Amino acid sequence: MRTGIQRIVDSLSLFLIEIGSMTGFTIKIFRQFFRPPLETKEIVRWMYVAGAKTLPLVGITGFIMGLVLTLQSRPVLVNFGAELLLPSMISISIIREISPVITALLCAGKISSGFAAEIGSMKVTEQIDAMEVSGTNPMGFVVASRVLATTIMVPILVIINDAIALIGSYIAASMYGVISFRLFFLEAIKVLSFTDVIPATIKTVIFGFFIGMIGCYKGYNAGHGTEAVGIAANSAVVAASLSIFIIDLVAVQVVELLL
Amino acid sequence: MDALIEIKNLRKSFGKNHVLKGVSLRLRKGHNIVILGKSGIGKSVLTKCIMGLIEPDEGEIIIFGNKMGSIDDTELDKLRQKIGYLFQGGALYDSMTVRENLKFPLRRSRRVIGKSQLNDMIHEALENVGLLEAIDKYPGELSGGMRKRAGLARTLIVKPDVIFYDEPTTGLDPVTSGEIIDLMIDIQNKYQTSSIVITHDMKCAKLTGDEIKLLKDGVFYAEGSWDELKQSADKEVQMYFK
Repeated sequence: MRTGIQRIVDSLSLFLIEIGSMTGFTIKIFRQFFRPPLETKEIVRWMYVAGAKTLPLVGITGFIMGLVLTLQSRPVLVNFGAELLLPSMISISIIREISPVITALLCAGKISSGFAAEIGSMKVTEQIDAMEVSGTNPMGFVVASRVLATTIMVPILVIINDAIALIGSYIAASMYGVISFRLFFLEAIKVLSFTDVIPATIKTVIFGFFIGMIGCYKGYNAGHGTEAVGIAANSAVVAASLSIFIIDLVAVQVVELLL
Repeated sequence: MDALIEIKNLRKSFGKNHVLKGVSLRLRKGHNIVILGKSGIGKSVLTKCIMGLIEPDEGEIIIFGNKMGSIDDTELDKLRQKIGYLFQGGALYDSMTVRENLKFPLRRSRRVIGKSQLNDMIHEALENVGLLEAIDKYPGELSGGMRKRAGLARTLIVKPDVIFYDEPTTGLDPVTSGEIIDLMIDIQNKYQTSSIVITHDMKCAKLTGDEIKLLKDGVFYAEGSWDELKQSADKEVQMYFK
């Protein structure tokens, strides 16, 4: 019994140490944002990697998401004679919640794990040390540039995902009846208000920061050997995904309180 | 300033593992020190402490007259640019070609260098290590020996006053290992660099070191020239010279 409690206490203290260490890492990243030189070339490079290379995955997922959501929602709305509400319902659910969370989860799986694996192997092969001894701060060159890139690119990917999901939804809706593209989008956009779009977008900026930060943190703190790289990549996906749900939960509560 | 690098009573532990228990050394200009010792004894920890990659628990490290710990990050970066470090595996940046790997420390040093001068410097550094043909190759396309050469070229390009060699011949075949040792001697003669060589390769120790220090149980157990240590009656020392 005592061992069980002891184990819980140990796990809890390890968790708190990890949170503390992650907070320290975040502070260091923020410091780098304001410390010259600004790694413009690296930031653009990682924006391309995080954005352009993730776009096909996000696009296909968004299209299927819109299509499936419409196909599943339509029969219920038809039963209530509310088929006209379909575009509005789809747009609100996609823009407010589904698209930001799904896109962020995809990015956690693709970008966060990639960062963790790459930085982890840089650590194992002493590339980070080599950078440091050549007078380059790896926190700026390797970490801050990646984190800034995801912070910028994840919201853009979410916006693109929103648009593609709505196109998918329109295609699904037009399979069952005649509805013009213009009318569908007018109905979809008409219902959206400032309080739907802005909080959802701010949330994605935070998602982007955490996706980059957790990937870099896990890679930077990877242990020794190739096995450690795999563990870092794996735990980056788990931690980033979990953080997305926690941030989402907090964001919903904050928006409820403020509006 | 007599000593380029001076270490006084350096101590470092990892948990209950006391790796360094009071290590002291002085590296003078043009002097080459070899640190011998078994694997895992703390040789790399010592050089990483000197470079500020690992924080020591106790002791003083003075580099070019500057006491580590009392200087800020910018000053530390400037000092590091006077020191070259050849890592065990070369530590080349995987995402960059050999050319870009060599360009990297120069760009970071924020020295104003023209494009043609930059290219000349890269070509010269690669010629020095006989690797000009691999200029546009990625590290993944290079053999172990070529990686070490490229790492050495990257170290040389900033024209350091001191070079640290971390196991420069480990994992190489005897021929390539001999070539790397020849290169190290050429560099010592050509650029008058001082060096600290970490190795357990006796041939490398004999040919590249003016002074040999044997690290054992966290302290320098024996020190002296190759000949002095070879004549030592101490069994621990003799083990290395069999």
